[in-house]
Amino acid sequence: MSRAGWVALAAALLGFPLVGGEYYINLASQIFIAAIFAASLNLLVGYGGLPSLGHASWLGLAAYISAWMSLKLGLAHWATAPLALLATTLVGCAFGWVSLRATGLGFLMLTLALSQVLWGTAYRWVSVTDGDNGLRGLTRPTPFGISLDDAASFYYFALAITAVAVWLMAVFVASPFGVALRGTRDQARRMSALGHDVWLIRWITFVYAAFWGAVSGLLFVYYNKYIHPASLSITASAEGLLAVIAGGSATLAGPIVGAVIVMILKNYVSGFIERWNMLLGFVFVFIVIFMPEGVVPGVRRLFGRGMRAWRSRR
Amino acid sequence: MAFTRRRFIQAAGLGASALGFPAIVRGQSGPIRVGLMTVKTGPLASGGIDMERALVQYLKERNYTMGGRKVDLFVGDSGGVPAQARTKIQELVERDRIHVMIGPLDTASALAADDYIRQAQLLTLSVAAAEDMTQRKPNPWFTRGTSTSSQSAQPLADYCAKTLKYKRMATIADDIAYGHEMCAGFQRVFEDAGGKIVQKLFSPLTVPDYGTYIAQLKTNVDGIFLGFAGSNGFRFFRQFNEYGLRGKIAVVGGMTAFDEAVLRNMGDEALGIVTSCWYSAEIENAINKRFVANFRVDWGYDPGFYAAATYVEAAVLEATLQALKGDIEDKPAFMKTVRAIKVDTARGPVSFDRYGNVVGSVYIRKVERKDGRLVNRVIHTYPNVSQFWTYKPEEFLKNPVYSRDWPPAKNLES
Repeated sequence: MSRAGWVALAAALLGFPLVGGEYYINLASQIFIAAIFAASLNLLVGYGGLPSLGHASWLGLAAYISAWMSLKLGLAHWATAPLALLATTLVGCAFGWVSLRATGLGFLMLTLALSQVLWGTAYRWVSVTDGDNGLRGLTRPTPFGISLDDAASFYYFALAITAVAVWLMAVFVASPFGVALRGTRDQARRMSALGHDVWLIRWITFVYAAFWGAVSGLLFVYYNKYIHPASLSITASAEGLLAVIAGGSATLAGPIVGAVIVMILKNYVSGFIERWNMLLGFVFVFIVIFMPEGVVPGVRRLFGRGMRAWRSRR
Repeated sequence: MAFTRRRFIQAAGLGASALGFPAIVRGQSGPIRVGLMTVKTGPLASGGIDMERALVQYLKERNYTMGGRKVDLFVGDSGGVPAQARTKIQELVERDRIHVMIGPLDTASALAADDYIRQAQLLTLSVAAAEDMTQRKPNPWFTRGTSTSSQSAQPLADYCAKTLKYKRMATIADDIAYGHEMCAGFQRVFEDAGGKIVQKLFSPLTVPDYGTYIAQLKTNVDGIFLGFAGSNGFRFFRQFNEYGLRGKIAVVGGMTAFDEAVLRNMGDEALGIVTSCWYSAEIENAINKRFVANFRVDWGYDPGFYAAATYVEAAVLEATLQALKGDIEDKPAFMKTVRAIKVDTARGPVSFDRYGNVVGSVYIRKVERKDGRLVNRVIHTYPNVSQFWTYKPEEFLKNPVYSRDWPPAKNLES
């Protein structure tokens, strides 16, 4: 994108709370959370070629750990946030070690199974997670003494974190390591022959993705001030995967656009159309038929074709 | 800062009052916006759809007018996911700018939305049964015209101990706050009346098969109490039957276990089962007869717990609005009035305690066949039952909230 484009995007994002109503600001905050979640999943799905159906584990786990520490141990946010991230990332190390014994469908099933273990634990370990009631009575943090309880301040908080997250993920992808990662996706054996440790590259990516999933989980629990086992369910994981595939995997903007589509359909359009699940299905069928590579690459392709046709006519 | 319509109305209202207009003029600005927070997709949908049907019926019967003002209805569907319920409530408040919310349906959603209701000062007429929202942590914007989880179970325990003369009982319920609270209330009253709860089982809300739980059931008890929600009572009882236990152990049920909504899918095996609820489609009063007749014409089945819930809440809302002459904008006045209101509804006369919870009749019902369909015939009425049963509120509130572990079960046999 050109510099003018970036400036316009930044201005639009920064100025949005000045013009948008409270509801739309909150919707945007939720989109940011979903965008970090989808972008982190995209590291695995898009760049690593590792389809995970258990990414909600990281969102849910970080949210539960932070909620549990503040409710049961009475810790403050400055302590719970890094500890929750650390603990979630450590679990990510272990889960990655187990899941990456396989690739492809085997990997998918392992991530699904492990995330179901966490989901089941959240449901059944009632003394810790309060089971189906979920953990409640949480607060939002107050960074630098600023209360995040109103919509606009939380929006800016989420925006700042999203910007940092997307930037760091972009750096990761653009680095030589990111190139190696794509190499393991396209030609794993050749990469191995060239002396790269394919397993290690995948494992580091898995852990890195888990970390950013955990960041989105913290934002999620700050936003909702509540966490329920449903956030760890297969539906939550699948929603993230849908966002990645619909937006366009292996692109930076794709998962973000996908998250926007999913969140708007789920939270906004559902207010007008009762059978919004059906509409969601139609939208995905449409995307798959006309832009099987996802919205972002698809639009780019169609736009490019239109431009070429226009040039050749001149 | 955006100059929204609500801000405009507030400003205009302030201006109007400054000019010395009577208060009633302020109250008449536009229709009353009522939000229904329900569940129309997922496992709880059957009850949630009944909630909408009954509320729409009520509004139609009043020609969409309450307290002299038009009523607009906005419906939110949470899919039974608490975080989604919170988002949808926000949507109802911030986008649809509702004045009052009826719902949510399930306890978990009410708990998830608790702090938002406080923050947004959202007038709430709840269907969800979460005990502490009208007990130890009363929410000042929250009023409940249905019942707490244990409000109907406590009279049933009394009935089991004193009329049915049961001495030893087992309980089984969904492993959610609703199930815990209901069983705890049942246990406390039953044991205070001299009985013993010798077994307590909790099964997950979404358990696919009750076989492992039914196999554990003690058969040397006088009866078993079912504290299930949604369609689980139906599913449990069908398997209970298949295991050949019907007739060997007497079954009594909480307020949703043999609801009219699941009863219509049952057969003769359900005959004679005793349950308790604050409602039955068979209650003999003019309001209820009309409600049931109209509901049957439209949908072809009897209204149950969920349908009656919104129908009763709508009656409470209408009575409050009439008392306030339609002025819903003054929120503290609304809360004061709604909690002082006495109104005849489909469930019988309704009033509120100072915590915002209903005081009303609880009915002991028995499943019978009438006109070819199964109904919950009322066999006994406990009038004016409060959430504290016969305990003193102050002493009741000194105890921890009803849960899996409180009151402690001292008579369990392994």
